[in-house]
Parts: sequence; C-alpha cells; structure tokens
Amino acid sequence: MDYLLTEQQKLLQQLCRQIAEEKIAKAAKDFDAKEEFPWDIIKILAQSDLFAIYIPQEYGGVLALDENKNVGGVLDLCVVTEELSRACGGVAVCYAASALGTFPIILYGNEEQKKKYLPDLASGKKLAAFALTEPEAGSDASAIKTTATKEKDYYALNGIKHFITNGGEAQVYVVVAMTDKTKGPRGASAFIVEKGTPGFSFGKKEDKLGIRASVTRELIFDNCKVPATNLLGKEGLGFIVTMKTFDISRPGVAAQALGIAQGALDLALKYTKQREQFGKTISSFQGIQWMLADMATQIEAARALIYSVARMIDSGNTSVSKESAMAKLFASDVAMKVTTDAVQLFGGYGYMRDYPIEKYMRDAKITQIYEGTNQIQRNIIALQLIKEMAK
Amino acid sequence: MNIIVCIKQVPETTEVKINPQTNTLIREGVKSIINPFDMYAIEEAIRLKEKYTGKTTVITMGPPQAEEAIREALAMGIDEGILVTDRSFAGSDTWATSYTLSQAILKISVFDLIICGKQASDGDTAQVGPGISAHLDIPQVTYVKRIREVNQGFASVERMTEEGYEVISVSLPCLFTVVKEINEPRLPSLRGLLRAKQAKILKWSAKDLGLDEKKIGLNGSPTQVVKIFTPAARPQGMIFHGETAEVVEKLAEALKKEIV
Repeated sequence: MDYLLTEQQKLLQQLCRQIAEEKIAKAAKDFDAKEEFPWDIIKILAQSDLFAIYIPQEYGGVLALDENKNVGGVLDLCVVTEELSRACGGVAVCYAASALGTFPIILYGNEEQKKKYLPDLASGKKLAAFALTEPEAGSDASAIKTTATKEKDYYALNGIKHFITNGGEAQVYVVVAMTDKTKGPRGASAFIVEKGTPGFSFGKKEDKLGIRASVTRELIFDNCKVPATNLLGKEGLGFIVTMKTFDISRPGVAAQALGIAQGALDLALKYTKQREQFGKTISSFQGIQWMLADMATQIEAARALIYSVARMIDSGNTSVSKESAMAKLFASDVAMKVTTDAVQLFGGYGYMRDYPIEKYMRDAKITQIYEGTNQIQRNIIALQLIKEMAK
Repeated sequence: MNIIVCIKQVPETTEVKINPQTNTLIREGVKSIINPFDMYAIEEAIRLKEKYTGKTTVITMGPPQAEEAIREALAMGIDEGILVTDRSFAGSDTWATSYTLSQAILKISVFDLIICGKQASDGDTAQVGPGISAHLDIPQVTYVKRIREVNQGFASVERMTEEGYEVISVSLPCLFTVVKEINEPRLPSLRGLLRAKQAKILKWSAKDLGLDEKKIGLNGSPTQVVKIFTPAARPQGMIFHGETAEVVEKLAEALKKEIV
C-alpha cells in the first residue's frame, strides 16, 4: 500500500530500517536476555535526529510548524516507532516513552519551560518519562495518592509512582500529583521533575514478560521540593494534561504494536518458505497461506488506521480521543493475534527461545495494557460515540 | 583543519562478475555503494573535524552516478563534495587515477590532511592513496589504525603491521590510508540526509583541471589489464593425524603421489 509519505518521511523510514537491520536486530536477543537498557542504540537514534522529529525547530527540533499549531510530527514518530519495533519492541518503547514524557511540555509548557527542556530532549542528550500510574491507581487514574503541597516558591511532592517506563534512565519526568484532594480529578496537577532533585529517588526495577530492553521502575518522592516554576499549565490541569498527552501519544503505542506485528509476519513468511513437511515447503499449504493472508490484511488495516489518525493530529485537529483510542485498541489486538499466529506457524520451534519469534509474542502483550488498557480504550470510544449522538 | 577524503563508488557484492570479452566488471543490476574501507576514512575525517574544527571535503573520480556516493558522505556529515568526471578519464589505471585526483586536490589547494581507505573492494590494489601522495610529493602513512593527535603541523599516528603497530610522527600536509580497526562509521542523520539531498555538488572535468590528455585515461595509464579471470578454487588441504613417525610416512607417500 502506498501511504503517500512525504519525501522526508520516506528518508526517515529508510534510515530507521537501516538502523533496525544493522544495529538493533542482532542485539535484540541480548537485550531481552540481559534486560539491560540499550544506551548504545539510544545514542545512535539521537545522532540520527530521531528525537528531534516531533519537536519544533525553534526548540532544537526538526519539526517545521505552521504558526497556529503547537503539535506535529506524530506520523513521523509512528513511522520511526514502527520500523524500530520490527526489530525490537523493547528498544522502540525506550524511544517512544521519551516522546510520551516530552509531549506534555510541548502541549502545556510555557516559553521558559520549553526553552529550558526541549533542546536537550530533541538532541537526545536527555530522555523524558511520564509518571501517572501508582500501585493503587492504574485504570482509575483519579485514585492517585501522590501529593504536591505548595510552600513558598516550591511544591513538596510525596508519594510513589510505579511501572514508569524509562524510570531511572530518563533525566526529565512529568509527574502528575494531587494539589487539592478535595477537588477529585480536578485537583491534580502536572510537574516537570528533574532527576537528581533532592527527595526524588528510584525504587524497584521490574522483571517483565516482554519489552525487556526497556526499564520500568518505581519513582519515590519523599518531600521532594520542585520549583513552582515547574508546574505545567496551572493547578488543577493535571488530568487534562494527561488526557491530551495520551490523545497524541497513543498512535505511537499503536505503531509499536504494528511494528511488532509486521516483524513477526516477516519472520513467519521467511520461515514458512524454508520449512519443509510432507515433502513440501509449508508455505505451499493453503491452511498456512490463509493464515499469512489474514495476518497481512490485519496489519495493513491497522497501519491505515494509525497513519490516518496521526495525519489527523498533525493537521491540527484536537478532538482525536476516540480515533486515537481506536488506533491503539485495534493495532494492539492485531499485534497479539498476529504474533500468536506467527508462533503457531513456527510450530514447536516457535516456542523455543533459540528462535526469535516467541519474543514478538511476549513484546506484543504489553501494547494491549499500557497507555490505558484496551478496556479503557473501549470506554473512551463508547463515551465519545454517545456524546456525539447527543449533539 | 582542512581534510580531504578520497572515495570510490564500487559494486555492492562479494561475488564480482567479469565480462570475459572486455575484461571489465559487469555493473548492470548491481547496487553501488561507497567502498567499505572509505567509510572509515569518512568517519575519521568527521571525528577529526568534531575534535579540531575545520572543513571536510569528499572527492571522487568516476561516472556521473558516483554523485550518489558523494551525497551519502554528505549525509554522514561531510561538508562538501566534488565529483571529478569526464569521458576522457575512462580506462584510467591506478597511476592515471592518482594523478587526476592529485590535480583536483591541487585545485582545492588548502588542505592539511588527505584520508583514503586502505584499498577498494573491487580492484584491491591499495595503490591510489599512496599514488596521490607521490604525485603531490607529500608524506604518506598507510594502514593507519589510530590517529593519536594532530598538533602544530604534526600528526602522531599508529600504523598497523602484521606483528603489532608502529607509532609514526609525520609533518602536515600528509596522506593517510586507514584500516577498519580505526573506528565504527556512523549512520547518517535525518538533518544530514535532508542537507545531502539539497547540496550542490561541484563537478570538475579534465578541462576544468587543465589536464594534459597524455596523462589521463587510457593514454595516461602505463599498465593495462591483459586478462581478468576468477582464480580456480584451491583444493582442500590434507591433515594427517597420529604418531609422528606414522604421519611423516603418510605425508611422504601423499607427496609422492600428488606432486612428485
């Protein structure tokens, strides 16, 4: 399918394919086994300007934006994430999670905050992370217990965030905390917190099923004094910041799922053309062919949806919650289905760690869970459908 | 510091096919790439520029499509590219090629360092780099595996040998040929790719360089390829196992049978 990518997007796609094939693919097995953060790869991504594609030129990025827009490069981000995920879903999320931590600053940062933080994030000198989830606040984000109490010219943060992607490795965190518990969801606020701020430390590193190249850690705030100037937007905007961030970051997760699915199909196709049973390559059996055809069709449908939503965001449309949730929901379900079928096509070998395919199935699972479980995505879609009908 | 990198566009293949009638490489249908050894030269030039500041220029002699190789180098971070191209260059041997390149380098005039890959993957002669330095009458160090420092008109480098390496101090301007141990070439950046796409590449002909036509192309080539062929595969060796006396006997017998 021709998605009519721009010349720049095609160059980007080619570049990422080269990085994925030459640098990531051969190291993926090792990252998975050792669960080590792939700093060498992150440096290559940074040197290739990949962290700069969704950051405006005036803040050190390569994104040329019209005056009336403050967000763009989402399709570019999806193209990159997809290509990286074909080789390793874990490396791809290290990359995409920095975008997730950067978007709130692009969306709600004031001029000083953007000038201070975006250039180092665009060059890849620093990574970002987004911290919302807590041990008792997952799908019910409004149940967060971390507090931010204003005192003079700072906020004192207290509480624990967990399951934070890039936790410990990122230097810039956007943290959502309650500034006024009595107001419920409207009492949350978002802060930029730098690694190294006194009172900010890291807890447990999780041992995960998949995406093991990425790190997931606990963040601990013990009377952590964050300058009042690091408040994003204003007090009470915490959940708006979160929702608007997820609206534009979810296509990225969808692209990760898409890349994982495509990578699994690539391997399955190659394997079925080599593997012989009953005196023939198994790709000559119609039962296998139909599975491959279904996998490819689902992948193409996911890609079409993701690219359309990404283009919608890049065009300046801000009412994208439903579409963005659809892309994430659909692509991640496709990834789970496709990777499971890919393992099936490998038969017994598919179940073994000596073969690369089982990793794709493990990596795919998380895409149905994070940045809002697929059940939450369905809530978002349904709520919007009902709202639209009431208009 | 002004650095010139000489590169060659070669076919991307480990199995080069030869036209037995014309004794030339069959290039149709084979993708062209920058000679892999030249990638190390490009990378080293960019690193030196990052360390000492200055300007990097890549230069290649070849047909018009060699422009792609120059754009690739620009995407990695080289500042400027020059394509030395003319029909009259066809058939150049390593003498004529190094002469032509040396004259193009003289036209650039300002340079401290010339870096080449140790040899090209198609011809494998390793003669053009040293040839350029001879034509320019500047010092050369071949098989450089590390540039320790460049300071006050001198460079200190490590030259790889079979047993280890030599440390050589050499006055500038000079020419190095580099081995793959020297660095790991970077991938291009998006900004580099965009810049390379737009970049204007200088094209110099024999006339632009004011070259004597007796010294270029086939006329200027004292060597010629008489015959080109794929060497026959060598038969596998034999290894004898056992007690020394027994093995010696077996070996002697085999020698009698096979050779004597």
